[in-house]
Amino acid sequence: MGSGSLGPESSVSELRAALDTGSLSAVELTERTLAAISRTDDAIGAWLRTADESALTAAAEIDSRRDAGQPLGPLAGIPVGIKDMICTRGLKTTAASKMLANFVPPYDATVVARLRAADAIPIGKLNQDEFAMGSSNENSAFGVVKNPWDLNRVPGGSSGGSAAAIAAGQVPLTLGTDTGGSIRQPASFCGVVGFKPTYGRVSRYGVVAFASSLDQVGPLAANVADATSLLQVLSGHDPLDSTSIPEASPDLISELDRDITGLRIGVPAEYFGEGLDGEVEAIVRSAIAGLESQGAQVVPITLPHTSYAVATYYVIATAEASSNLSRYDGVRYTHRTDRVEDLKSLYDRSRAEGFGSEVKRRIILGTYALSSGYYDAYYLKAQQVRTLIVEDFQSAFQRCDVIAAPVAPTTAFALGERTADPLQMYLQDILTIPASLAGLPCGSIPCGLDAKGLPVGMQIIAPALGEAALVRASAAVERHCDFANRRPQGGAA
Amino acid sequence: MELDIDQVAELARLELSDEERALLSDQLRSILAHVDQLSTIDTTGVQATRHPIPLDTPFREDGIGAHLSHAEALENAPESDGESFVVPRVV
Repeated sequence: MGSGSLGPESSVSELRAALDTGSLSAVELTERTLAAISRTDDAIGAWLRTADESALTAAAEIDSRRDAGQPLGPLAGIPVGIKDMICTRGLKTTAASKMLANFVPPYDATVVARLRAADAIPIGKLNQDEFAMGSSNENSAFGVVKNPWDLNRVPGGSSGGSAAAIAAGQVPLTLGTDTGGSIRQPASFCGVVGFKPTYGRVSRYGVVAFASSLDQVGPLAANVADATSLLQVLSGHDPLDSTSIPEASPDLISELDRDITGLRIGVPAEYFGEGLDGEVEAIVRSAIAGLESQGAQVVPITLPHTSYAVATYYVIATAEASSNLSRYDGVRYTHRTDRVEDLKSLYDRSRAEGFGSEVKRRIILGTYALSSGYYDAYYLKAQQVRTLIVEDFQSAFQRCDVIAAPVAPTTAFALGERTADPLQMYLQDILTIPASLAGLPCGSIPCGLDAKGLPVGMQIIAPALGEAALVRASAAVERHCDFANRRPQGGAA
Repeated sequence: MELDIDQVAELARLELSDEERALLSDQLRSILAHVDQLSTIDTTGVQATRHPIPLDTPFREDGIGAHLSHAEALENAPESDGESFVVPRVV
């Protein structure tokens, strides 16, 4: 096959093969990627900005190194889109907030440094919910993102741009961040693969902090192998992040082709309860049966504290956010109000003008949960319930190797459908939050379409540091469901 | 539970409009009503989880390394005099 047909919608392995033989140059691929974005993104809104010049420069350098016969990194020449929560040196990083509208980081996040070291090409910054707070990407200060499968529907959030860009065939790989489901839920809504690693597996250095005990960076891609190749590059110890796990990361690529005979798949009763859409349930159960047909053993399990997870999360995440977001003070690198009377009005008004409504809601809730007289009743209590949720998973993993469940109770909902009632929006995260609270590696793998033609994701959750089992089971889901590289009709490709 | 929105906004250093104050009070009341279900769980003797993956505090040798220059650190400031961040007079 000639390289003329290859582009940002192709798989990483195809692209790497063509780049290695020289039938496709990194500059050509970068140009095709930038062209696909500019051709298709008016309709989608996934990108906040592209880095045309620096991307083309990096691509030209890779081409000349290849021509000189020098060794290249595992993602050499592959364009990667980066969620705007992640600092990129010299390239604006806004967290989709007016507060950081003009912030140009003087350094790279460790994950970006790792991309560059692997010779990947950071090609631009992706839209998201402001400060990663949201489940629909409707909270961006710079415009909503639309779901490429149905432009009247949300792509999910908060990594909505990261998922939509893959689904639209604009770029082969993206980085997202996941605090309570922000990689998995948009991956599910957009029919792409997304992994959230074990808390501490991937460095948080240079990632805009939302809830520090929960935030993790992870990969999104159009198939399991591509997502795995990016996860492999991102993983590893970082002395710049004190919560980074010192253990070396295992080889994940070899897990892709392993068979799953004897793998015990736990199916939690609580994840198939009230509120779960019937079609989503049927599609996920059929995918679980597909794992069984490949030799896995299905084990019913129970995670009894699941129904408390949303309440627990919205105390812990907002408390941590209220503390983390206190740094946005109008003094050092943020928006500053024009209505300054004294230092206090500078703080109060800069923050009032810089933050959007969802961010204000969470700052107020978190401040309240941490305030004198309420700390024990809310924050401490939530941390104790978090322990019970962690213990639920520990007991379950005595009986199974991975857990299989839906990612979200429904497929993608309509734009504007759920913005009026924040609590109802929060409750949508019920199936992704528990694994986040427990810090577990997990992912969303597309496993079918509902009657409206909208993608359904299967969630795989593995024990802490169990990325190998996560990849192994995810690849098996993909083999059965045959969804790799599927995109909506009339997409960018 | 009594939510005094003005006091919390003061603690958060966040100026709210009348409209925001009314809307947030309502919304937070309903969110807190949901959160209150946590009080029904017996957590006597249960340790708090502060970090999901237990780790020791890492230490490193003190050493000289590359750091942000003065100019880079001030580059994004809304107001600086080349040496420091500038804020309104405090005392």
